[in-house]
Amino acid sequence: MGLVTATTDRVTIRNFAEFASLIGAIAASGFRRFWTYRQATVAALATNTMFGFLRTYVMLAMAALTPVVAGYTGPQLAAYVWTGQGLLGVVMLWGYADLADRIRSGDVVTDLLRPIHPVLNYLAVDLGRAAHGMIFRFLPPVAVGVIVFDMYLPQDLSTYPLFAISVLLAVIVCFACRYLVNASAFWLLDHRGVVMVWLFVSGLFGGLYFPIRFLPQWAALLIWLGTPGPSMLQAPMDIFVERDPFRVQLAIVGVQVFWAVLMLWACHVVQRRAERKMVIQGG
Amino acid sequence: MKVIEARGLRKEFVVRVKAGAIRRQKRVVAAVDGVDLAIERGEMVGYLGPNGAGKSTTLKMLTGVLMPSGGDVRVCGFTPVPQRVKLARRIGVVFGQRSQLWWDLPLGDSFDLLRHIYRVPAAEHALRLDRCRDLLDLDAFMQTPVRQLSLGQRMRGELTAALLHGPEILFLDEPTIGLDVVSKQAVRGFLAELGEKGDTTMILTTHDLADIERLCQRIVVIDHGRVVHDGTIQALHDRYRSRRRVIADFDEPIQTDIRLPGVELESSTGTRLIFAVDEVGPLISQLTQIGSLRDLSIAEPEIEDVISRLYLSS
Ligand SMILES: Nc1ncnc2c1ncn2[C@@H]1O[C@H](COP(=O)(O)OP(=O)(O)OP(=O)(O)O)[C@@H](O)[C@H]1O
Ligand SMILES: [Mg+2]
Repeated sequence: MGLVTATTDRVTIRNFAEFASLIGAIAASGFRRFWTYRQATVAALATNTMFGFLRTYVMLAMAALTPVVAGYTGPQLAAYVWTGQGLLGVVMLWGYADLADRIRSGDVVTDLLRPIHPVLNYLAVDLGRAAHGMIFRFLPPVAVGVIVFDMYLPQDLSTYPLFAISVLLAVIVCFACRYLVNASAFWLLDHRGVVMVWLFVSGLFGGLYFPIRFLPQWAALLIWLGTPGPSMLQAPMDIFVERDPFRVQLAIVGVQVFWAVLMLWACHVVQRRAERKMVIQGG
Repeated sequence: MKVIEARGLRKEFVVRVKAGAIRRQKRVVAAVDGVDLAIERGEMVGYLGPNGAGKSTTLKMLTGVLMPSGGDVRVCGFTPVPQRVKLARRIGVVFGQRSQLWWDLPLGDSFDLLRHIYRVPAAEHALRLDRCRDLLDLDAFMQTPVRQLSLGQRMRGELTAALLHGPEILFLDEPTIGLDVVSKQAVRGFLAELGEKGDTTMILTTHDLADIERLCQRIVVIDHGRVVHDGTIQALHDRYRSRRRVIADFDEPIQTDIRLPGVELESSTGTRLIFAVDEVGPLISQLTQIGSLRDLSIAEPEIEDVISRLYLSS
């Protein structure tokens, strides 16, 4: 039973339109929900921007030593930092505990009482949240970067749609990873250990702390192909700064597709196992 | 046609209990221990039992969110856990202590989302929503975020949410918990009207026996995970020989030795005599003869009494 067939018995055009409107409605609810957290958005934006300055100065100090660092020029590194600071709030690397909270309180029971696959339901909400993030968490820091620094902007028109697709895939890959981290609460009611590991590993493999391509090529390749890390954050950043020719950009997106499918499938399997053995907390 | 059928339904939980400073011992407790249930379409069944009896656990298994440890269940012809998504379209559920509404969004938005999730045609949805708005007085808070609703307001929202897709079976786990008298009556009246139409099956757990008296002809009582009574309230009264009471007040302190078949003197304190009786008539004609009768009242057997006798005896 795949993700789609779980909710639509036979895919027809009418079904598909219904399905799209279902996803749209749930995503819109995610968008509106985050719209109500305005203070939190402003606070996160301020933090991300501040760290953006710190990280740009570190990167520029490096770029001052050699004109090209691991294939990135100074302006490209600035763009890498600022798109990263913005995408952090779009893919929502950290601070996602919706599912784990609901597992711990037992409210997850109401998710299961709905005729929709829980992974699909949570994903749709997350897409709405990401759309909100794109406007309110991504654009402001990137604007700051462009205004304050000599920041690289894509020269090739084809980069823009590719970047949009890559961001969407990054959100899906990151969502799936977060879902798995949260779902560990089905087994471990105290899953803080898992969250700690995630906090560290996601920033590192995602390429937030430094571009994965600073590492020796074999290590970079291993992380890129062997973990979902770069696909959930660094991929759209590398596409934005046009570090690679179009072919390689396409390959990066291809790897993202692979990880998106694989991780969603993992969520589906984990969810099914959880439902078979789980105990809903509370009367 | 039977819409719910359970045979030998069981659920065991593994709990770890302290045994010494660090050592934990595993213990298996059977929360539901071989429940048999057969419920026909349109029935309204009260599912009763003391705290911890296994009521909520049973409902979780019937609605497909908890895997049974043993036994067979069919609900609407489906096996609940494996066919949960299909089953979800056919049932409505209210867990009184939880919300199925979207916490940060206005109440009306939740209803709109549910229409998409259950894929209810717009016209059908509007019709049902209008009815609920009427009967449950929702209009005043349709635009209020759910987290700002009072418990009573929220519960009316929950009931509406459970009904918008026209479910065949309604599972209600303590739907009147924490509500004031007026809200309770609103909820009961609403459910009663729904039940009268006869096409919705309802299974209701509650600790407020007035809910049961108002709504359910049939009650199933469980204790320690086992069914201890399944039948009408009258059958329960018969089983425990619940009797009406006659309370007689006299002008002067009085002693009596009335002996009639089916009449028992329960207490005599000064001017007041209390009898438990099967038939009222013969006693009253006697009472008027033994002294000057000032006041007389007859009390129907209390459901509370009979239920508590049942809980205590099992
Ligand atoms: N997640 C769980 N883990 C371990 N034991 C549980 C769990 N959930 C319930 N139980 C146990 O199962 C038994 C039945 O619980 P249940 O919630 O079904 O009772 P109930 O009849 O709904 O009671 P109440 O009237 O208090 O709501 C209780 O003894 C409870 O301690
Ligand atoms: Mg309960």
